This record gives sequence, structure tokens and C-alpha cells, in this order.
Amino acid sequence: MNPEGSKSFDNKTDTAGKDVLVRHVYSIEAENFSSAGEVSRRTKNLLKQLGVDGELVRKAAIACYEAEMNLVIHSWGGRLIFQVTPDKIQIITEDTGPGIPNIELAMKEGYSTASEQAREMGFGAGMGLPNIKRCASYINIQSKVGQGTTLEITFQI
Amino acid sequence: MKKTMEELVKELDLTVLTKGAGLNREVLSGCCCDLLSWVMAHGKKDAVWITVQAHANVVAVASLLELAGVILPSGISMDEKTIQKAQEEGVTILSSRMDAFELAGKLYEMGIGRKVEE
Repeated sequence: MNPEGSKSFDNKTDTAGKDVLVRHVYSIEAENFSSAGEVSRRTKNLLKQLGVDGELVRKAAIACYEAEMNLVIHSWGGRLIFQVTPDKIQIITEDTGPGIPNIELAMKEGYSTASEQAREMGFGAGMGLPNIKRCASYINIQSKVGQGTTLEITFQI
Repeated sequence: MKKTMEELVKELDLTVLTKGAGLNREVLSGCCCDLLSWVMAHGKKDAVWITVQAHANVVAVASLLELAGVILPSGISMDEKTIQKAQEEGVTILSSRMDAFELAGKLYEMGIGRKVEE
């Protein structure tokens, strides 16, 4: 996990033209379980500092952790973008593969393709994406096998 | 019923693996589970979490959910590096010789997580 841009941001407005208050981009390594959770910890602290409501901080922290772990467990590596505008918090993950063949199945509670190593550590309960969906205002997931997955998690403030 | 982490340590003869503050935290409920995502979905703030998992992600989950602390059952230990991380994040880690089932029973007997009274 390496923060790539903690100081300033490349985009001053988001796609809807809203002012971006905070934008951080973290790169996340596949199978690096030892620093897993670090991005979520930072994100949570930032939201607290911004004075976001406690319950929303908690939901965003849970979703962020699950998204971060999904990259560690399932992807070949990727990045997590954390962005706050006056009306919403967004956590976006982009990876380079392997992609999800069946998104509907991946969204199903109890379904998991996690490795034996991940399962032994208590992951792979098949609850990651359902947990994210439950916490967020809405999510958008796009995936292409061999190309990668983009997950956009949005919380309305 | 509310108990502090310190009371749990005394009454159940638990070993405190982390140094520093955290023992004055109040424990409001309990959770006994080894699936991290399950705890992420159902764990409550100020709960004490019994798990046989002793790696760094347990610390991350406990910290993100603001749990009161973690108890490792059956004499399971935690490596120094993970204890260090727990200390940095203010997560209290305890260990017990009792197994998870017995520990959960004792905590319940003490009134942790009971939905009656008040």
C-alpha cells in the first residue's frame, strides 16, 4: 500500500462538477495481507477529521475495508481512490484483473472464490460485496474478464 | 450489563497481551466468530470479540469497528509485530486458557450481551 497523492489532487471537480474536498489515491498490492486494512484506517481517520457523522464513518470504513480486501484477495493489484465532495463520499477501486465472470453470483452472500490461504485467515465468507452494498447508498460494478474490475461505492452525505 | 475490560481480566483470569490504555473501556456485548467479514457485517461497537484468528487483520477489524477488545481463546498467542500494531491502534488484546465456547458462556454468565433488565 503506497499513498500516491496525499497532498493535492489532479481533479479539482468530480464528474458532476462538484468541488472535490479530498482525493487520495492508494495503490494496493495483491496478496499483501500484512498491510491490509491500512487504507481503510487512514480513510476512517480522515472522515472523522472532516466531522462526518459517526454512523456514516462506520459504514464507509466497513465498505472501504471490504473493497481493500477484495483487491488484496482477488485482484492482481490495483488502486483505491477515496474522494469526498460536499454531498458525497466515494470509494472507487480499479484493478488490472482477473475480472469477475459472473457479477450476479459474486454479489450473492456466501459465494466466494477466495484462495485457501485467504480462507484460513477468516476471509472468503462470501460477504464482502454484500457487506459493501448494505453499507453504501449505491454501488456500481463493471468487470471484464482478463481486463479488470471497477467498483464505485457512493455514500450520500 | 456493563463491565469494563479490566473487570473481565480480573474475573476471568485473562492475560493482557497489549500494553497501555484500553482496559477502562466498557464492554456492552460479545461476538464469537472467526470469519472476518461476518464480524465486519454484524460486529457492534464496544463488543468484545472472541476469535482464534491472531493475525494483523483482526486488529484492523477491531479498530475499524471500535470494538472494546479481542480475546484469543485456548491459549492462542499473537506475534510481537501484531501486538505492536494493536498497541499503536489502541486495540486491547487479551488471551485465555479457556476455549471459545467456555469463554462465551462465562461472559454471558457475567451479563455481557444479555438482552434482559434495564
